[in-house]
Amino acid sequence: MYAQMIKSTGQGVKSLDEMEPQERAFQERIDAGGKIEPKDWMPDGYRKNLIRQIGQHAHSEIVGQLPEGNWITRAPTLERKAILLAKVQDEAGHGLYLYCAAETLGVTRDDLTRDLLSGKMKYSSIFNYPTLTWADMGAVGWLVDGAAIMNQVPLQRTSYGPYARAMVRICKEESFHQRQGFDIMMKMAKGTDAQRKMAQDALNRFWGPALMMFGPSDAESVHSAQSMAWKIKMNSNDELRQKFVDQTAPQAEYLGLTIPDETCKLNEETGHYDFAQPDWDEFFDVLKGNGPCNTERLEARNKAWDDGRWVREGLLAHAAKKRSAKMAAE
Amino acid sequence: MSSPESSPYKATEAAEHTETRKTEWPLWEIFIRGQHGLSHRHVGSLHAADAEMAIKNARDVYTRRNEGVSIWAVEASAIAASSPEEKGALYEPANDKVYRHPTFFDIPDEVGAM
Repeated sequence: MYAQMIKSTGQGVKSLDEMEPQERAFQERIDAGGKIEPKDWMPDGYRKNLIRQIGQHAHSEIVGQLPEGNWITRAPTLERKAILLAKVQDEAGHGLYLYCAAETLGVTRDDLTRDLLSGKMKYSSIFNYPTLTWADMGAVGWLVDGAAIMNQVPLQRTSYGPYARAMVRICKEESFHQRQGFDIMMKMAKGTDAQRKMAQDALNRFWGPALMMFGPSDAESVHSAQSMAWKIKMNSNDELRQKFVDQTAPQAEYLGLTIPDETCKLNEETGHYDFAQPDWDEFFDVLKGNGPCNTERLEARNKAWDDGRWVREGLLAHAAKKRSAKMAAE
Repeated sequence: MSSPESSPYKATEAAEHTETRKTEWPLWEIFIRGQHGLSHRHVGSLHAADAEMAIKNARDVYTRRNEGVSIWAVEASAIAASSPEEKGALYEPANDKVYRHPTFFDIPDEVGAM
């Protein structure tokens, strides 16, 4: 998902009996559906895990602007350009909501930024793939935002108050993103032969990486078990991936496009779509930094940070000057 | 990433940063009043060099879809907040005054709506 492979303490989930009173009260509050707020006591592992997860989610929103920003100047019409601009601006907003939530846990914005720029913190693997044609804008909105929604809707009920509130805002806006993507796909799939080919090619390239967004199967993972006990992860990766395929396969059919997986069809017995696992070797390779665009994405973020430095410092100096002029006048 | 402290934080939702770097813009809490005559409501926070910029940024971050007609920006460090540990003592006086709630009083049905 936007946060992939988040590691927890790795010690497995403690039972209520094994906990000290403070931690037991904390866990019972979560079990009862209560919210944890920034100033409440929380286990160190919960705090650290959340910083990693929310931080990675925020970084994904920010880096996610790059593959789409790539097409703003080349959008086919003025209307499409305005829509894409609004969408990319939303992604920046989503990143900011999430950084705010992470900051309530005691980490600074600059710390998080620095860890992104140094490669210490990750962002979603999906943004290391290139957007080669205009149809990719359709595929990204339809598939990538569609996959993100699967994960973000349940996270609105997550146990950490500021994270849940950020998710509520994000989900309200995310549906526009997916629909504008599907709208592009409809236009192209029902267009000329060349347009239809382009749409099919985009689906071919993004299908596997979209399935990878949910992360490898975590049925056996102690990290996931802990995150689920803390309600900072609401569903297993396989569960969400299945839901995504069930939702997306009929949509592809409506578009008259073919999912690049011969085994992908409705299983009458289970009522769910069967599908093949994506190439997990590729996934781990992309996480390691060897995807098609890892270097380019990090370079772009580093350049933006370095080039913006004089602006950040200049505005701060200007604010200080204005403040002292005002104090002198009083 | 700096290792986060586990101590309770001083003021707002935003944690107090132990080392404020010169390059980091201060944090502002943003309050927005919606269209329908409601009071300002906390929507989140953002970084800005000064108040003017905080309001401009709040416009872009929190009102992209006509969410509000008025913005307040308050520097996070200027907010005083109660702490969760005080919850008991702070709200206890309200607990034993059940007569403050209208349902405390039984009004006979024949009296009608009151």
